[in-house]
Amino acid sequence: MATVENLPSATEERPIGFGRLKRKEDARFIRGQGNYLDDIRLPGMVHGAILRSPFAHARIISIDTSRALALPGVAAVVTAKDLETLGLAWMPTISYDTQAVLAGDKVRFQGQEVAFVIATDEYIARDALQLIDVEYEPLPAVVNARRALDPDAPLIRDDKTGQTDNLASATWEAGDEDATDRAFAEADTVVTRDIIYPRCHPAPLETCGMIADFDPQSGQLNIYNGNQAPHAHRTVYAQVAGLAEHMIRIQTGDIGGGFGNKVPIYPGYVCAIAGSIVAGVPVKWIEDRSENLMSTGFARDYVMRAEMCSKDGKITGLRVDVIADHGAFDSTAQPTKFPAGFFHIVCGSYDLQAAHVKVKAVYTNKAPGGVAYRCSFRITEAVYLVERMVSALAMEIGVDPIELRMRSFIAPEQFPYETTTGWTYDSGNYAETMRVAMDIAGYDELRREQAEKRARGELMGVGVAFFTEGVGAGPRKHMDILGLAMNDGADLRVHPSGKAVVSISAQTQGQGHETTFAQIVAEELGIPPEDVQVRHGDTDRSPYGLGTYGSRSTPVSGAAVAVVSRKVRDRARLIAATMLETRPEDLAWEKGRWYVKGDPEKGASIDDIAVRAYSGEALPDGMEGGLDAQVIYDPPNLTYPYGAYIAVVDVDPETAEVKVRRFIAVDDCGVRINPMVVDGQIHGGLAEGIGIALMEVISFDEEGNCLNGSFMDYLIPTALECPDFELGETVTPCPHHPLGAKGVGESPNVGSPPAIVNAVIDALHESHGVTHIDMPCTPARVWAAMQGRPEPPQ
Amino acid sequence: MQTPASFEYERATSVDGAIEALQRLGSEARVIAGGHSLIPMMKLRLANPEHLVDINDLRELSYIREEGYEVRIGALTRHVELLESDLLALRFPIFRDAEQVIADPVVRNRGTIGGSLCQADAAEDLSAVCSALKAQVVIRGRDGERVVGLDDFYIGPFTTAVSDGELLTEIRLPLRPGAGSAHEKVERRAGDWAVAAASAALWLENGTIADAGVALSAVGPVTVHLKRAEELLRGKAPGEELFAEAGQIASEDCAPLPDGRGPVDYKRHLAGVLTKRALGRAAARAQHREA
Amino acid sequence: MRMQVTIDINGEQVSRDIEPRQLLVHFIRDTPGLTGTHWGCDTSNCGACVVLMDGRPVKSCTTLAVMCEGHEIRTVESLEVNGRLDPIQQGFHETHALQCGFCTPGMLMTGRALLDENPDPTEQEIRTAISGSICRCTGYKNIVAAVRWAAEHEAATRQEV
Repeated sequence: MATVENLPSATEERPIGFGRLKRKEDARFIRGQGNYLDDIRLPGMVHGAILRSPFAHARIISIDTSRALALPGVAAVVTAKDLETLGLAWMPTISYDTQAVLAGDKVRFQGQEVAFVIATDEYIARDALQLIDVEYEPLPAVVNARRALDPDAPLIRDDKTGQTDNLASATWEAGDEDATDRAFAEADTVVTRDIIYPRCHPAPLETCGMIADFDPQSGQLNIYNGNQAPHAHRTVYAQVAGLAEHMIRIQTGDIGGGFGNKVPIYPGYVCAIAGSIVAGVPVKWIEDRSENLMSTGFARDYVMRAEMCSKDGKITGLRVDVIADHGAFDSTAQPTKFPAGFFHIVCGSYDLQAAHVKVKAVYTNKAPGGVAYRCSFRITEAVYLVERMVSALAMEIGVDPIELRMRSFIAPEQFPYETTTGWTYDSGNYAETMRVAMDIAGYDELRREQAEKRARGELMGVGVAFFTEGVGAGPRKHMDILGLAMNDGADLRVHPSGKAVVSISAQTQGQGHETTFAQIVAEELGIPPEDVQVRHGDTDRSPYGLGTYGSRSTPVSGAAVAVVSRKVRDRARLIAATMLETRPEDLAWEKGRWYVKGDPEKGASIDDIAVRAYSGEALPDGMEGGLDAQVIYDPPNLTYPYGAYIAVVDVDPETAEVKVRRFIAVDDCGVRINPMVVDGQIHGGLAEGIGIALMEVISFDEEGNCLNGSFMDYLIPTALECPDFELGETVTPCPHHPLGAKGVGESPNVGSPPAIVNAVIDALHESHGVTHIDMPCTPARVWAAMQGRPEPPQ
Repeated sequence: MQTPASFEYERATSVDGAIEALQRLGSEARVIAGGHSLIPMMKLRLANPEHLVDINDLRELSYIREEGYEVRIGALTRHVELLESDLLALRFPIFRDAEQVIADPVVRNRGTIGGSLCQADAAEDLSAVCSALKAQVVIRGRDGERVVGLDDFYIGPFTTAVSDGELLTEIRLPLRPGAGSAHEKVERRAGDWAVAAASAALWLENGTIADAGVALSAVGPVTVHLKRAEELLRGKAPGEELFAEAGQIASEDCAPLPDGRGPVDYKRHLAGVLTKRALGRAAARAQHREA
Repeated sequence: MRMQVTIDINGEQVSRDIEPRQLLVHFIRDTPGLTGTHWGCDTSNCGACVVLMDGRPVKSCTTLAVMCEGHEIRTVESLEVNGRLDPIQQGFHETHALQCGFCTPGMLMTGRALLDENPDPTEQEIRTAISGSICRCTGYKNIVAAVRWAAEHEAATRQEV
């Protein structure tokens, strides 16, 4: 085996500031030295395992734990009764619902938590699960969201006082209904589609879990838990468990992917905490893959009916009616005032006359969730809907789908642009981005190739999607989760030697914060990024903030780091003025130093200034020593990244297998801090989009049995299903973000499914008359559509 | 993660030793080779054997060789060895077709042909391959060997003619002139089990089909051996229409169940398409028009 | 039933009294404490647990530790030798072939085994070789580039020597 020393790098970039910079965090990961949850071993630690319901809906008659307790090595078996004495049988969800930690009265979805075993090792804990005897009385299950409100539907949430049906939340509306009616009345073309965004799952490669370590002497609770919002979790634990918030410390360690799945608090976490409080030793609980897929936060599950209209070849109106399937407990992740998340961004990238959106939510006997799988609060569903509808409308009118988009785009001079549903888009030049994508794709040539292939009976499709996202939640006057404003903190300390530590409230799950956030400080202070340590993922060592999801790290936390760096720079200016015996206003900044205007040789570097700040020498009047600052950043608006995506697919005319041959993604996310990291984010989201479009689905049979409870049936694309992605970019800075940056992490997941589905339909429309197909486009489902009977997913 | 229940373990050092252990331990013992079917079942606690007899040290069961008018494959031969075998590529390229789409390359480093056949999962590819090639298998017990054809080997879903105390030791593939073979599979994603798969073998003599073997995976309770299609093909000249007709029989004679991979009508449709395609490629290979 | 098992892990003889049901991934992580080998599923679909057994990649979540006595196991921790990274490790760093890092050890070992057998793999050969491993972050594009990077730099090194 070859080992080589000091191999030359392909590209030796060492930017002080923005640019391609290889990641700092790689050093540990490529050596197998990451510190993930299951890598942590504490003295005296015991192991938890959860018994789960085999039924989707059943009354619990009895639970007998005696055989399990008799198994050597089993320390405890916890049931709802035990939790009731601690006041922990139920817990709040992030949407102001309650969820059973362990089911006591009845189980409401297959895989629901029924009992928690604590044992000396995980093999014994799992042995004990087989020895717990639970008697169930099965009840009819509600599986189909469209039937959840039928008068004879069994009541799922009989635990809720006053709940008489399966309505989870009343109808929520956005837009202007009358104006929309007028737009439709004036229109010359209308298309209608029933569109389902099926239930899917973020399925990060590392499953969810926790080690809870409660010290009864000190009352300190140390939590090791890979989650996307450690500060918010700490506050919730304080509220739920009645613990003092300052005695709780959450450390995330390295996180093996999140994608929204690690935003919520799960019953297993509460069990681990309760277990450690009761047992007085650290309790480790980590779910297996089936538990992850069957019980933790799913995504989407939106049943939609949409109408779109046009007049004189331009899109004018949109009407949408949605049933949201929340499962058995409403734990959808979204800001309080937005019960349908940001779904009403469904007007997309188009200058519409009017739009109207209605969303109501129902309970079903399925796992709870509604997390944003690499998505900013239902924008994925919205973009999928509008981009499917625009292509459907183009098909109806008989115009090229790009042409219709070009005619209907919001024009550059219209920004900032108020949408008819209440969003203020910050900046954009959509047509330019669309043209870049067409150039990379060779769009006209693709259409020629398609025509030739059609003549030979081959099926090739070209699909287009143009998305606008709103990311970086959000302004505190509009957005909170459980009453916590969606702001983020940053704390920057420049040490006497000029080396810096920046602490942030966002937490990486692979996005490269340790590198890019150091680059922001480097850009603003002009010190090398290797001299900046990024600290995160530890509530004791980072400022308060709401975490990493909804593409909010760069828009909110990144802005916080820029602002705190500028505060330090401003402070450095005052110190430099004293050092240089001049007035602050007579100093000018260049990367890394303040100098005297008109005498550039005379200046002070950040290093010099840091030394002075901590020294015994004079500082400006009234200034304390040190070179630190902290901020909490409240974004004035969301940022609105956008992109043009083109998918090229081939469909086997006989077997109906779909192959994504090419995928072109042109993203405009404003200023790019580290283009390498941005591209990596896009690659990953595109693979997820291919998965969602072609294979990833959580489906159920009529009894509510989950049919995709392992990676044998929850299919995730491998390297063989992903093409060699072709990326492009345009850069339209965000006007209100201090760096001009917008979020990007979720864009590819948002934009790619409609491009692929549009491509599949494009391949089949002329030859087979296909006008719609729901995801996932598996061979069987595509074949059914080719036979003239597209079927909704189960 | 999921963990197996407790069991006793012993490692066989000879074929006779393995058979002795299986005799001694009876119905609660299972043979473990690659383990890639058995261990996941044990982790799910759907399989709870009391004893495992590990045969991985029995290198004498790992071979691919030509002997007389047969190719003989030891039961412990791993998928990767079947994939990379020049002898099989020359004699029965159907193996390479199938092995490229069985599970994934890492799993193929461990899984064995004997394990695949003994699992008797109707969705598994090699059972159809061996059925199409008219394979016979050697089952050894305390009282010696018996040789059975595949039709007699499969008794039902997940059930074979290998009794307690017996071991599958070898697969024998008859060599006849004019052979061509191919395997066609539709899967939802690389590495997935088949939605449907078809194995076809043709033996041509003077431009006509002297004999044919056709079998299907994943479209019945067990591997579907298409005897009616084979009868149709025998004595005829290979051709697209004939193969389409054989495909029609495949659609009719399979017995798929609906599941997450597709409904019954789609699976019947695929059985037909894949049979037709496999026969076409098998013929091309027999006629040296395709590698 | 418990058994004394000795396995060669990264050139060290590692012994422990274990139950036969212990999975290789747990043996590796618990006994020598080499936690670079991860697990991500229970069904041998994800490849986070890939290690080399006698030079070939295998899924250690679907292998019993007792089955490995007498075999050589190599994990991600063996790649770096005397402070020198293996080219496959450096390739992953150079080309941004990892994000959350969870699949990385399995991918590295799979890539290492591929290059040992095929020093100049095509893109399609690389994609096939890693098709038993799931990466949720990278979309595989940069992993393919990383393996190519390692192939090219190993070839350059061989020429120099």
